[in-house]
Amino acid sequence: MSEPIKYFTTTVPFWQPRVTPVELENATEEQLEAMKVTVSNTKIGEYTLVLALDPETLKQRTPLFNGIMYSRGGLSRAETELGAVAASVVNRCIYCAAVHANRYNELTKDETVMDSIFASSENTGEDSGIDPRQMALLDFATKLSKCPSEATKADVERLMENGLGVGEVLDLVLSASLFGWANRLMHVLGDPLPQD
Amino acid sequence: MDIFETIVAKAAGLTAGSPLTAVLNLRSEILELTENSHEASLRPNQPGGLKRSERAGLACRIAKRNNDPVLAKHYESMFGVGSQAIADTGFDGGDDARLKAIIRHTDLVTLNPKEATASDITELLSAGLDDADIVRLSELIAFISYQVRVIAGLRLMAEVA
Repeated sequence: MSEPIKYFTTTVPFWQPRVTPVELENATEEQLEAMKVTVSNTKIGEYTLVLALDPETLKQRTPLFNGIMYSRGGLSRAETELGAVAASVVNRCIYCAAVHANRYNELTKDETVMDSIFASSENTGEDSGIDPRQMALLDFATKLSKCPSEATKADVERLMENGLGVGEVLDLVLSASLFGWANRLMHVLGDPLPQD
Repeated sequence: MDIFETIVAKAAGLTAGSPLTAVLNLRSEILELTENSHEASLRPNQPGGLKRSERAGLACRIAKRNNDPVLAKHYESMFGVGSQAIADTGFDGGDDARLKAIIRHTDLVTLNPKEATASDITELLSAGLDDADIVRLSELIAFISYQVRVIAGLRLMAEVA
């Protein structure tokens, strides 16, 4: 078996669960409903099949995740992804970081920001060449992701000085917080392996 | 749903008339799903091998690990038999191997998730948790870790607003 990936990458790994997922053919009605399985949608990933072991939380989590990451208005899609990546770097969730760095790169057509974040992940933000607004976003999301949170009023003021509106700050709080949740599932319940 | 009746708004000290009202209204669906997730994690219809009283104790412990006494107090209001001991951060589970494994895992994933490895899951299995209980426990820890940060962020926003 391949060794788990230990370093940040924008190549999305294969996620190998550490617990035994639900088998789709044996899933209960409640599990199927939580996974949103329909006749036209029978390709369900391993991660969803693992989370279906607790269908009550999965049923709420999926629309919550989509609501935070894809709602219209407020913070841009790309900047929402920055919050997700910052949390994933703090929590060293290689899988989540790869998926969301990849989305960021697709949305912005700019790979330099993620290259810089991953290169300086032990030493966030110094001499990164990242613009001040993005740096303010990253620093806030990084501090909020620590346990306990290290984010301060001054960090929020810095976001607003860099042009974020109150609604955008809220969306950043939600995105970084959401990955405090997602990373604790993805990184704890499985291993990121190289794709074949 | 009244957004100011949600646990996150109350714990953040927000009340009707808050300057954040307009932006919170734009995200009311997310606040509602956050509240539903709280119910699913703390008061599930099918708690499996993780009792509601244990969940309340663990949630309180996680809030304390995040230095959030207000949220910890909320979880104290949900305590049942045994919750108090579990919420005591000086208690490691004592002679109860199952509880000891659960508490150890909860502290690890709350404080330092990056250090979690495959052997931590093996330890839970050895202590008698099944796969579904491991996912239930993971969702509980992960949800409170989200909730406590949403609250922290809202408090900072309210200070600046």
